[in-house]
Amino acid sequence: MSNVLTENKKNSVSLSTEPIVKYLDVKKSFGDTHVLKGINLEIRPGEKIAVIGPSGSGKTTIIRMLMTLEEPTSGDIIVNGKNLWKMEKNGQLVKANEKHIREVRGDIGMVFQHFNLFPHMTILENCMAAPIHVKKENKDEVRERSIKMLERVGLGTKLDFYPSQLSGGQKQRVAMARALVMRPKIMLFDEVTSALDPELVGEVLEVIRDIAENDDMAMVLVTHEMEFALDIADKVLFLDQGVIAEQGTANEVLVDSKNERVQSFLKRFRKA
Amino acid sequence: MGDNFRWETFFDALPIVLQGLGVTVGLTFACFGFALLFGFVWIFFRRIPNKLIVSIVTWVMEFIRSTPPLVQLFFVYYALPVVPVIGVTLEPFTCAILAIGIHYSTYIGEIYRSGIESVDKGQWEASIALNFSTMDKWRRIILPQAIPPTIPMLGNYFIIMFKEVPLASIIGVTGILAMANSYGALNFAYLEPLTIVGIIFLLLSYPSSILIKKLEVKMNTRFDKNVLLEKAKKKSIPDMNLKESDRIV
Amino acid sequence: MIIISAIIEITPQLLRGLGITISVLLASAIIAYIVAFVAGLSRVSNNVILNKATGVYVEVFRGTSLIVQLFWLYYAIPMLFGIQLGSNWWTGVIAIGLNYGAYLSEVVRGSILAVDKGQTEAAIALNMSRYQRMRLIILPQAVRMMLPEFGNYTIQIMKATSLVSLIGMRDILYYGDIMRSTNLSQAPLIYVIVLFIYFILALPFIWLTRKGETIAKKGVVS
Ligand SMILES: Nc1ncnc2c1ncn2[C@@H]1O[C@H](COP(=O)(O)OP(=O)(O)OP(=O)(O)O)[C@@H](O)[C@H]1O
Ligand SMILES: [Mg+2]
Repeated sequence: MSNVLTENKKNSVSLSTEPIVKYLDVKKSFGDTHVLKGINLEIRPGEKIAVIGPSGSGKTTIIRMLMTLEEPTSGDIIVNGKNLWKMEKNGQLVKANEKHIREVRGDIGMVFQHFNLFPHMTILENCMAAPIHVKKENKDEVRERSIKMLERVGLGTKLDFYPSQLSGGQKQRVAMARALVMRPKIMLFDEVTSALDPELVGEVLEVIRDIAENDDMAMVLVTHEMEFALDIADKVLFLDQGVIAEQGTANEVLVDSKNERVQSFLKRFRKA
Repeated sequence: MGDNFRWETFFDALPIVLQGLGVTVGLTFACFGFALLFGFVWIFFRRIPNKLIVSIVTWVMEFIRSTPPLVQLFFVYYALPVVPVIGVTLEPFTCAILAIGIHYSTYIGEIYRSGIESVDKGQWEASIALNFSTMDKWRRIILPQAIPPTIPMLGNYFIIMFKEVPLASIIGVTGILAMANSYGALNFAYLEPLTIVGIIFLLLSYPSSILIKKLEVKMNTRFDKNVLLEKAKKKSIPDMNLKESDRIV
Repeated sequence: MIIISAIIEITPQLLRGLGITISVLLASAIIAYIVAFVAGLSRVSNNVILNKATGVYVEVFRGTSLIVQLFWLYYAIPMLFGIQLGSNWWTGVIAIGLNYGAYLSEVVRGSILAVDKGQTEAAIALNMSRYQRMRLIILPQAVRMMLPEFGNYTIQIMKATSLVSLIGMRDILYYGDIMRSTNLSQAPLIYVIVLFIYFILALPFIWLTRKGETIAKKGVVS
């Protein structure tokens, strides 16, 4: 199994800990196109996973299903021991209702390619909305925490700015602060730098690195930043045509892999 | 007035109400045609390079648009004949064309304007560069691009005007609403003939609005490569320079 | 001079109807707004029955003519409910409110659907419930987009109030017609003054509509 491969270099992810997320033979099709053809995957607490692969291979779909933005066609996703998309009712597994789904996905956060900040709220309000309304936390406490988080991503002086007044890189840093204030145990990143001007990519990667090194949450990064992935990931998944074609440590997949598809992908990638 | 809805009365009233359908539909076309023409008058005045005229015309349009067409109809019908010097007495049908037509021409003028403004600035410059006369510039370059996108919007106004036309029954134009009212007055049964009027409106306007939605899609994609490709195929134009591989997905 | 004294004489007579015109305007606008939100939200809801039933209401009221609806209700309400509603005021207000409620519900629906899908996704990622998503994220943005159309339709409602004179309500137009019938030679002046009164009533809404357009442009770009 892949357990041997996930042994890592920096963060010590203990092999003995139970996975926080399990994908069990998860398949997904849109109409006739089979996008994911049986994904088996385990994410351990604190583990940093990079997902790479050609365009259209299903990287986004994998994490969108965990965020409940897309429903699997078959298979199960287990989060903290609970089935994300199904619940028990009268001794039978049935499609989960909203209450169940909200309970299970509470530990998951996501950062999007196009930021998706709320344009009608200041950046501080963007951060505060969910902890207050979703987690019903104390407002002053949330404010304090949000300000700290915005300071951490370098936007402490712009608390009352609206998203439209910020650059792309700044928006993406706000989006990360907004997700972090919710204290998720798993953070999903979907190509968070690919909508940015090249000169703004660095500042966003810096924040991700900071999170990766100092927070103990699990992270799944869909990315095209190979070197960055190599640097921070405990495990790299290479996705191709809807299956995990290769997985292992960054070195194993990005440097040593004998898999032809990986190599041709990397070659093409380096050229580009 | 009858106490209850009776199907007997309903079918009794049906042929009588239907007698007014021709007038209602005819009046709608007349009002719409008039509004289409008069819309150009507004555009013409608003393009005069004189700030004062433009702002006066803009306010007059705003005035007509923001006041009730029913009052405007009464003005044309009751007041126009007694206006000193220019006063004329007109048939109710003509009054309705004038009042409803002019009222909606202010909306239609706006639609024309949005169409003209949506034509790319480069097109104006190109027609100057090609030394077109003013007439040719409008006829061959600007209007052919400005009008088609507005056709669905104009169609919507046609339906809106269709529903406004029964106002004319108040000054005695014998459309379906007037027929229903006079049937009601004679037989002391209003509900059935009025229900018929409602159904007629629904039957005519609902399918038209669906048709216009389709038209809108068609207009928005009329220069789309794929659509052109289909057209070329149908007419089998060989030199369209579009191959199947050019299809955009 | 004669004209000025005529204006001074006519205007107060017409203004006796101002109260009715304004009360019908306010009441039917409020009904229309409420109906618009209830129906608009029903049309984006997952409840198929609610969705379809509201769809039928909207198409029926948009597909027929307001004046027909007004007359129809005028005769139907006493019959259907076996009672006189107490006054024609209610008949007028209900007809205008339901008619424009149907049009405005399409504005509400369209604006809700026009909010970027990413907004819903971000709200889901923050674990918001359907209700929280609608209240905190979607509606605040949708309402900004609605403002200009609500302004426009309020002007339409104002124009439509003149129809209640046809069912015997004593609004501005009613007094205008009374004066015209006793003094036909003054008809042009009477109707011009009536039109000006309506125009003055419309001015605040014209202004609000323009204001709404700038807010709408500003409010939704991220
Ligand atoms: N909502 C959808 N409806 C239909 N097809 C979809 C949908 N979402 C994704 N797909 C298809 O599923 C496949 C995988 O999509 P996905 O977005 O997961 O790919 P990806 O690996 O993230 O690609 P990229 O690197 O371009 O972002 C693609 O072929 C895509 O066209
Ligand atoms: Mg993707």
